Amino acid sequence: MKFDTPAGINPIDRMKVVGVAHDRVDGKFKTTGMAPYAYERHDVAPGQLYGFILGSAIAKGHIAAIHTTHAESAPGVRAVVTYANAGKLGKGSKNTANLLAGPEIEHYHQAVAIVVADTFEAARSAAALIDVDYVRGTGHFDLAAAAPTAPLHSEDKDKSKPAVLDRVGDFEAAFAAAPVTLDATYTTPDEAHAMMEPFATVASWSGDKLTVWTSNQMIAWAHDDLAQTLGIAKENLRVNSPFIGGGFGGKLFLRADAVMAALGAKAAGRPVKVAMTRPMMFNNSTHRPATIQRIRLGATRGGKLTSISHISTSGNLPDGSPETATAQTKLLYAAPNRLIGTRLAVLDLPEGNAMRAPGEASGLMALEIAMDEMAEKLGMDPVEFRIVNDTQEDPEKPGRLFSQRQLIRCLRDGAARFDWSARNPRPGNTRDGDQLIGLGVATAFRNNLNVTSGARVRLGHDGVVTVETDMTDIGTGSYTIIAQTAAEMMGVPLDRVVVRLGDSSFPVSAGSGGQFGAGSSTSGVYAACVKLREAIAQNLGVNSADAVFEDGHVRSGNRRVALADAVRGGEIVAEDTMHWGDLDKEYQQSTFGAHFVEVAVDAFTGEIRVRRMLAVCAAGRVLNPKTARSQVIGAMTMGVGGALMEELAVDTRFGFFVNHDLAGYEVPVHADIPHQEVIFLDEADDKVSPMKAKGIGELGLCGVAAAVANAVYNATGVRVRDYPITLDKHLEKLPALIQALTIRNVCEKAK
Amino acid sequence: MTVAAIPTKSVRAAPSPPPGAMPLALTINGEHHRVEVDPRTTLLDLLRDHLRLTGTKKGCDHGQCGACTVIAGGKRINACLSLALQHDGDKVTTIEGLGTPDRLHPLQAAFVKHDGFQCGYCTPGQICSAVAVLGEIKAGIPSHVSADLTAPMRATNAEVRERMSGNICRCGAYSNIAEAIAEVAAA
Ligand code: FES
Ligand code: FES
Repeated sequence: MKFDTPAGINPIDRMKVVGVAHDRVDGKFKTTGMAPYAYERHDVAPGQLYGFILGSAIAKGHIAAIHTTHAESAPGVRAVVTYANAGKLGKGSKNTANLLAGPEIEHYHQAVAIVVADTFEAARSAAALIDVDYVRGTGHFDLAAAAPTAPLHSEDKDKSKPAVLDRVGDFEAAFAAAPVTLDATYTTPDEAHAMMEPFATVASWSGDKLTVWTSNQMIAWAHDDLAQTLGIAKENLRVNSPFIGGGFGGKLFLRADAVMAALGAKAAGRPVKVAMTRPMMFNNSTHRPATIQRIRLGATRGGKLTSISHISTSGNLPDGSPETATAQTKLLYAAPNRLIGTRLAVLDLPEGNAMRAPGEASGLMALEIAMDEMAEKLGMDPVEFRIVNDTQEDPEKPGRLFSQRQLIRCLRDGAARFDWSARNPRPGNTRDGDQLIGLGVATAFRNNLNVTSGARVRLGHDGVVTVETDMTDIGTGSYTIIAQTAAEMMGVPLDRVVVRLGDSSFPVSAGSGGQFGAGSSTSGVYAACVKLREAIAQNLGVNSADAVFEDGHVRSGNRRVALADAVRGGEIVAEDTMHWGDLDKEYQQSTFGAHFVEVAVDAFTGEIRVRRMLAVCAAGRVLNPKTARSQVIGAMTMGVGGALMEELAVDTRFGFFVNHDLAGYEVPVHADIPHQEVIFLDEADDKVSPMKAKGIGELGLCGVAAAVANAVYNATGVRVRDYPITLDKHLEKLPALIQALTIRNVCEKAK
Repeated sequence: MTVAAIPTKSVRAAPSPPPGAMPLALTINGEHHRVEVDPRTTLLDLLRDHLRLTGTKKGCDHGQCGACTVIAGGKRINACLSLALQHDGDKVTTIEGLGTPDRLHPLQAAFVKHDGFQCGYCTPGQICSAVAVLGEIKAGIPSHVSADLTAPMRATNAEVRERMSGNICRCGAYSNIAEAIAEVAAA
């Protein structure tokens, strides 16, 4: 099916199952420990051995020699694989660095060997017996040092064209002429996905055929890239990943666990299971790259932006891509004069790549502080300032409208709900005992993407509808919304639908990424269900156009037949793929929201606590308000992490992330997160898909950190432009009046 | 059931004990087990790899995430920080011992109702921790945020959040987990 004209009325609009808050269909398995994640597949591939991966101890250089004899003769060891005996390997098209190093080392903790043994303990201790002679090369690890000479990055696929900044109007002249201007630089640090389930794979060969039970968000990408890396035919490879313990972009790509498990299993002649150790994950895998962002805003005294410039610099390995932190700035606020672009430095740190809301998450961390600063310069309320600069058309292509854009309503509804009018615009002036109280707001913005997505649907003779698609559920609720979609389309209750996901033997779906998963994969299921309805109608000899599927029956005219009767002759199977036309070119398709945050900053210690959080989201139809809300609160939580604690500390001498475990890389815990409120505007966007739904899982993160940062500023009057806002960055700068208060309190307590 | 990927039975191929293995007897979820393990084996790996009780998760293996929380000798512990041999004679409760898909423990049911999870990987640890937290509060054991160390404890939002803070949920289901626990605490 091709979606190339706005959706008319369709069976999803009944909203009997879709749009209703349902408990997760996989909930009882996850809460009882019965959902099997990759490393736990005792039900497959008998005789599994244990693999342990050794990572490089240097960031750049090469291996002069690698001595494995001691490891090979250690008790219980079955095989040791390094570049020296792995055979020729390719590189996946989505990988920047090789997944097995040697002799070249491209980054710290790049895998250099796998030890396969009878037990985990034996494999781990033998790995410590491998001696590697490294020759350290010179690398570049310091973004701030590399930034001044970092070249502009071209988004054009044609790399022969010189990279240029995106220009609209005359930014320089307009900025110079603007009566009120801001020119500020913000930094965001490297961040880690830190999903709870480590990278893990069970690999099993049978002759030339390989099966991997793994943890991966994008089955088709893993399928392509593992086949390519190992040099095997795709039809000889099966990838299975029904449950995934979080990904956030970290499991979009083929990673070392799968490659090393496959190599280890081949060498040992037995199935091998591998989980990457937590301390290896941070430097072995991908991360969200740090940015340095310069933002310039020029406005009239009335608060109309006349000029916007946003230039972001990030780093990556050779042939890597930049963090596209300027993406939202192209579309978010009106201003006739614009200058936008990204610079990319070569750094020899581990590979930078997508983490939840790549681009916008980092970009809005900066842009939405800049908007707050500008509002203050203008003497305007920050909500009003954003409303005044709203646009209903693509600012770079006037006349090209948004498919639906209710940002103003998000801001207004949120302000009313959050009691925003109680905010004191003078920072550092609201107290609650020893706590300085602040309120902050930020816009949330993330583009909606649609990706080709297929599914197969069966109506069994028991009347059960089974959906098969290689779509994944990484905690997003795919099982549930896909079941809801099929139930709505086929007119059966939710418990008459079986959903099978995450297997490369199923039709290729969008996969989970870029907040395109929900809308795209359910559209693929919609397409397959339309075909199944046609086949059923044909079987029954009725016209599919006026057949109504409801309550387990097909109704046409005054005929009413039970679905089960349609399959008397055997199950009916239909398969289709949703393809997308040009509606996304005709209309800009984006999702919108507003985040409101209240913080308390301890006047004595500078400690920041988040007290209240509200998100108002406008993202088309919400397929399951319960799971969608969870996506948003989870994203808000990650936003608090980005604002207040998350930072991979770079050792710029040796080129690695120092805090590479869950004790050193701090993420929010229960005590950090208050009750969170989420409101969805009642929308249905007919220009995006027959589901009329857009992505939500990344929107929820976009802008949160800036809302926290703005609340902290409102509390303290100290503007911190370098994330995360840890207390050392404002403690010494807390205003004199707070110091006076502190001294007075200390004296009183001393009496 | 609407999820088809749940394995019904395990393929058993009991590994022969490695050289230097030591004997150990313990009771897990009411079932008695006698095993021989490499002394380096953690309680977590004993559960997951040897006994195939994979409901208990490994998130870090370093006591930093709480995914491996089980209740041993009536107290919640990180099973990754404990060697199996330290538990000779112990009674251990894991997520599998609390409830089953058809007979959920009240906290498991509350987690489903309040959507107190997303990917589900931290969830068994969260639930085991929550069971123990409610017990600790009932037993009057104070926490860092208890204002009065001797007064009876109440399962307030602040108390529960403080006590649950050793269980990381990267999916960020905290607000919902707090509501699930509050519902059971009030019941
Ligand atoms: S696995 Fe034990 S605390 Fe993380
Ligand atoms: S549900 Fe995914 S980490 Fe908690």
